[in-house]
Amino acid sequence: MDSKLSKFQYLLRLSDNCLVLSQQLAAWCGHGPALEEDLALTNVALDLLGQARLWLTYAGEVEGLGRDEDALAYGRDGPDFRNLLLVEQPNGHYGNTVARQFLFDAWHQHLLAGLCQSSDPRIAEIAQKAVKEVRYHVERSAGLMIALGDGTELSHDRMQEAVNKLWPYTNEWFESDAVDVQCAAEGVAPAASSLSAPWRASVEAVLNRATLAMPAYTGHQRGGKQGMHSEHLGHLLTSLQFVQRTYPGAQW
Amino acid sequence: MTQNNEWPLWEIFIRSQHGLAHKHVGSLHAVDGASAVQHARDVYTRRNEGVSIWVVRAGDIVASSPGDKEALFDPAQTKTYRHPTFYPTPDGVKNL
Repeated sequence: MDSKLSKFQYLLRLSDNCLVLSQQLAAWCGHGPALEEDLALTNVALDLLGQARLWLTYAGEVEGLGRDEDALAYGRDGPDFRNLLLVEQPNGHYGNTVARQFLFDAWHQHLLAGLCQSSDPRIAEIAQKAVKEVRYHVERSAGLMIALGDGTELSHDRMQEAVNKLWPYTNEWFESDAVDVQCAAEGVAPAASSLSAPWRASVEAVLNRATLAMPAYTGHQRGGKQGMHSEHLGHLLTSLQFVQRTYPGAQW
Repeated sequence: MTQNNEWPLWEIFIRSQHGLAHKHVGSLHAVDGASAVQHARDVYTRRNEGVSIWVVRAGDIVASSPGDKEALFDPAQTKTYRHPTFYPTPDGVKNL
């Protein structure tokens, strides 16, 4: 695979995870279970949006067709998005959101730690900035997992149900396709499968403290990285892209 | 936001830079000290306000009673000689 194309695709995967998850979390703004939680989650959303912007800007430069962050964020259709299926799963109740966040954060921190060593200096720089933010994200979401999992009988059951429901979406990120293979071969990114063991260890430690069981493997979903998404992404993009779709090129 | 009623209240102190003292900036609700620090980070240091955070359970603060105000503070009003205004401040001394 062409090295420029694979890097562009890889950067879209990085940016779209952040962009889609940020948009999801932003929907909680003003609706959090407590003022302090509301602010904290919105901070995470803003961190992820900032990371998405850095990745998208660089993706546009690598592509070399003059597309900037806005063109890429607001001008692509669903099948051109490269985010993982996990991040487009619905917010649900707060426990669903917390579980999704923790499973993602735990993976995200190991990925970014690997990207800090990227052979591409720009990617390493962005990862070094982002990894500090994500270390806090995972500390927060792990704390909530433990508080809710090891809370009341009701909160425990809801968290277990949430983790079980999301579990089938936590495998596609360890599978390599041509893009992953090319980026790993060039040292641009860590091998997708290399994050599996550290992720499992992080998740297992927290689930244990949260008195939650690691779900058994019963098959998994894939396709997000290649642009095959669930119906949820279309609805999300409708609100994300509404203004630019209605008034193309509008500025304020 | 009914859960706030069940979470204890914490007073938050932020040190804005090295060499200065922690200053009371407000209060918030949290289940325990560790999450109070996290909440304080999210609520009060979003704009790079601090280098250190202290949290104290509001119930643990012992405060003077408003009823004792006269006895505690009025006697100091007439003792201007306690102000160190008769000494020149050496050059280069900050935050005095």
